Amino acid sequence: MSFFKTVTSKPWLDDEAAFDAAPGGGAGTLKTKRVGLFIFIGVATALFALFGVAYYMRMMMGGWHMLIEPTILGANTVVLIVGSVLMQWASNLSTRGNMRRAKQAFFAGGFAVLLFLGGQYMAWQELIALGCYADVNPANAFFYVITGLHGLHLLGGLFVWARALLRTVDGADDAAISASIELCDYYWHFMLLVWLAIFGLLLST
Amino acid sequence: MVEHEDEQSDDENHEPTSFLTKYVWSQDHKVIAVQYSLTAIAIGLVALVLSWLMRMQLGFPGALEFIDEDAYYQYATMHGMIMVIYLLTAIFLGGFGNYLIPLMVGARDMVFPYLNMLSYWVYLLAVIVLTASFFVPGGPTGAGWTLYPPQSILQGTPGYEWGIILMLTSLVIFIVAFTMGGLNYVTTILQARARGMTLMRMPLTVWGIFIATFMGLLAFPALFVSGVMLLLDRVIGTSFFVPEIISLGDPLAYGGGSPLLFQHLFWFFGHPEVYIVALPAFGIVSDLLSVHARKNIFGYRMMVWALLAIGVLSFIVWAHHMYVSGMDPAFGFFFAITTLIIAVPTAIKVYNWVLTLWRADIHMTVPMLFSLSFILTFVFGGLTGLFLGNVVVDVPLSDTYFVVAHFHMVMGVAPIMIVFGAIYHWYPKITGRMLHGAMGQIHFWVTFLGTYAIYFPMHYLGFVGVPRRYYSYDEIDFIPESAHDLNAAITVAALIVGAAQLLFLYNVFWSLRKGEKAPANPWKATSLEWQTPQTPPAHGNWGKELPVVHRWAYDYSVPGAEEDYLPQNMPRQPFEKSGAHDPHDDKPVTDLQESDK
Amino acid sequence: MVFAIVLVLLVIITVLFTFFSPWWFTPLASNWGSIDDALIITFAITGFVFVAVTLFMALAIFKFHHKEGRKAAFEPENKKLENWLIAVTSLGIVGMLAPGLVVWADYVNPPSNAAIFETVGQQWSWNFRLPGKDGKLGRAAVQFVNYDNPLGVDPNDPVGQDDLIIEGGEMHLPIDQPVKVYLRSLDVLHDFYVPQFRAKMDMVPGMVTFFWFTPTRTGEFEILCAELCGIGHSQMRGIVIVEQVEEYQTWLSEQVTFAEMMPPTEEAESGDATVGESNVAGEGTDG
Repeated sequence: MSFFKTVTSKPWLDDEAAFDAAPGGGAGTLKTKRVGLFIFIGVATALFALFGVAYYMRMMMGGWHMLIEPTILGANTVVLIVGSVLMQWASNLSTRGNMRRAKQAFFAGGFAVLLFLGGQYMAWQELIALGCYADVNPANAFFYVITGLHGLHLLGGLFVWARALLRTVDGADDAAISASIELCDYYWHFMLLVWLAIFGLLLST
Repeated sequence: MVEHEDEQSDDENHEPTSFLTKYVWSQDHKVIAVQYSLTAIAIGLVALVLSWLMRMQLGFPGALEFIDEDAYYQYATMHGMIMVIYLLTAIFLGGFGNYLIPLMVGARDMVFPYLNMLSYWVYLLAVIVLTASFFVPGGPTGAGWTLYPPQSILQGTPGYEWGIILMLTSLVIFIVAFTMGGLNYVTTILQARARGMTLMRMPLTVWGIFIATFMGLLAFPALFVSGVMLLLDRVIGTSFFVPEIISLGDPLAYGGGSPLLFQHLFWFFGHPEVYIVALPAFGIVSDLLSVHARKNIFGYRMMVWALLAIGVLSFIVWAHHMYVSGMDPAFGFFFAITTLIIAVPTAIKVYNWVLTLWRADIHMTVPMLFSLSFILTFVFGGLTGLFLGNVVVDVPLSDTYFVVAHFHMVMGVAPIMIVFGAIYHWYPKITGRMLHGAMGQIHFWVTFLGTYAIYFPMHYLGFVGVPRRYYSYDEIDFIPESAHDLNAAITVAALIVGAAQLLFLYNVFWSLRKGEKAPANPWKATSLEWQTPQTPPAHGNWGKELPVVHRWAYDYSVPGAEEDYLPQNMPRQPFEKSGAHDPHDDKPVTDLQESDK
Repeated sequence: MVFAIVLVLLVIITVLFTFFSPWWFTPLASNWGSIDDALIITFAITGFVFVAVTLFMALAIFKFHHKEGRKAAFEPENKKLENWLIAVTSLGIVGMLAPGLVVWADYVNPPSNAAIFETVGQQWSWNFRLPGKDGKLGRAAVQFVNYDNPLGVDPNDPVGQDDLIIEGGEMHLPIDQPVKVYLRSLDVLHDFYVPQFRAKMDMVPGMVTFFWFTPTRTGEFEILCAELCGIGHSQMRGIVIVEQVEEYQTWLSEQVTFAEMMPPTEEAESGDATVGESNVAGEGTDG
């Protein structure tokens, strides 16, 4: 039932269809977790979008110098894309039931993000070595803040990833692992999109 | 935040046994709700005392010698921030949201109970960090609750040393807590409703909390962004919000930042925040009125649409707080129009509340008294909001006591009335005992008449032009002597109203042991929370079988029924017109009623 | 029942208070009577709604409070009534908004014949600057502020040399002359607020804001700060003296220019060209 139809129905009348339209799967189901994840993605989108707006508005004001982009960012981007592709592959494999290979791809996909975070750390070092501190140029400050928050969000994802890995070692059933893979898959793609948006913003200004 | 997405939920409903798991590290939404509420009320009491001290200074300047400028601004700031964020937001969503959502939609618990528990503990951490600022060198920040830079992070403002740092840190922590809770509330409503509980059969309380939470999830990031950036400006000297300035004779190293950027971000959060507090109150008052007037809420669909409209519109009105901020005056046209448009759905809600009373069977219970007084104070505060929204009218009134009176009416008194009404209403379900009625009556009358006596005349100080956030009004020529007398009278009223709240607290604790034992459904209400097998509801809420919902939450005084209410889980009865209907059938409802007879 | 009576009493008190209490607008001293009018229109419409809703509520409680055997009506909605209410509300909103917006358009568009002056706020005092006979204010920025140059006028900008610097927090204005006020702050947010003028505007460090008004009554008016600016906020006072043109000219002729204020060395560098103009600077300000 479409949203419009839902909110225009007259609830005081008898509605047999109400029983067919049972809501979600309740607590603990994959569907519920997916909904929760999507809502969180919405929140994170709002957060990064607002940083983007603030970046843009601050850029119009004084004291702004072009950011010296760390050279490693291109390589980092490739690594993050690889991570996302690996996660997608893991997800495809797990839906096809090939859990052994899926777990391997899942492991590799998380590892790529670890690598990316290492690369981001090097980018920070590069800037610091150049004397590009946060207090000398708001563009630098934005770079540290936004990449830092992006990194924190990735760490959150890695936490879920690590727990799923541990459960794999403990011999959890395939359905649970498969659910973790699916959720991580969405999240990895989202974080990649966020990064591409950040990177694009940095490159274009 | 996302890391607990896949937390296993307590499907088997193992009852926690030890004291620690039952009352402290509890994952039960009802316990968490009580934890949230008690913490919020405790910190709210601090804010209440602060307001007393402020009023003493305003009414009887110099009477309390320890209140100097620093202290006054610190009290004002902490009072505002605590009331708005740590009391009202926390109690409506963390308290009532937590308690009522699973019970009202027929779920066993929140869908992510572990995350829910974490939400409370992180909230408590935020409160502790906030409280800590009273004890650091320099004390809490005195920047005003809006924390406008550059002033908030500079010398000349009390608490610029540590207070502001702790305040911003606490806010950031609060937002993390809110997000964890908010994900739960929204997902639970979307995913864990009982069979038959369509969205449009939900009580308006759930709708109000649902939309308010959604707004919070989208608006709090703006506070997060501005908070983090301001924190960096203060701590490591970035120049997000601070331009080149000279502070008390010294040139500072800042340059190029924009104070207005902060204001935009702050109010992009701050205006929805008003509705984050108001919408749950809208929802709850709708239900209280309906129950105690034994009549269905008038225009349920319109009420839902109005909530949705307010939720959307409130994101495009933020700059009406900034008409005289120095932003491009052309924005004034846009924001005045959007602001006054939002008055239409809000007005609809008011009409529908009072129309619900028409041809009703009104029981003047204590919750009903609070609900009716909510309508009055909300209407008052809402209408004075039109002055401030109407751009040019805001010019003389901005930053005067008119503003103070307005927002206290609309988002202080009105929501608090509903907090009280809701506590009197649901206390029997939460504790199994009734609150003492006579104490409730006294509490109500003192609070209602007292707050009106405080804030109604305060608007007129605003007409005179008395500016707000003044430590002292000494030697200001245009303020007549009589205004000082009025200030003293307001202070007396404030002290009395404050004291009445202590009676309420006494009632809450007294009734816990000595209150009359409550029946399962003392108000004869239809909604699901009153249909639990036990009172108070046990862990898992519903015993072995989840409820099945057959009707909306407002089947009061249905023609043909013997009782004047039909619980939501009562199957359709023979006297009810059966069968399908065309959803596009726009036949007036009164016709249907006629044919029933 | 009691509640219904209390509601009626509250309405009566509210109305009586409005008309008979001593607290009302501080007497106007500027052209912004139109703001007061817009406020009164808003007051009338909202006041009517308040009285109507409250009395309706009282009536409903009076007529339909619980009695043995009373049963409420079952009335899920009434589309026609709701639509009517929406229409009437929208009409009321337009009635308030339209005059408000018209006056706002006036408020944000200073007349072309407006004189100008600048007010500069800092914790916790007011200073002012008037243009010299060129009718223009010189460039100014925080970076130029020093002991001799409290307002940060650019010493290298020839336009600024004849600007009159008025320290001490007392400003004079000629009556009936529209004036556009430029606002700057050297440190934190302030707000130039004279209750009798109605108009006000924030002063934001890093930018120049403005508003305009026409003083219409002679006398001394206190300037207050209306944006929290630290512990001295309530003590940040200044004075505007509105007077007849002749008195104003006398006052104006006593003011010193920026060039005169600067120590001789700097004057020699950049100010010599304008020294001669300073004595007659005042006559140009009305244009």
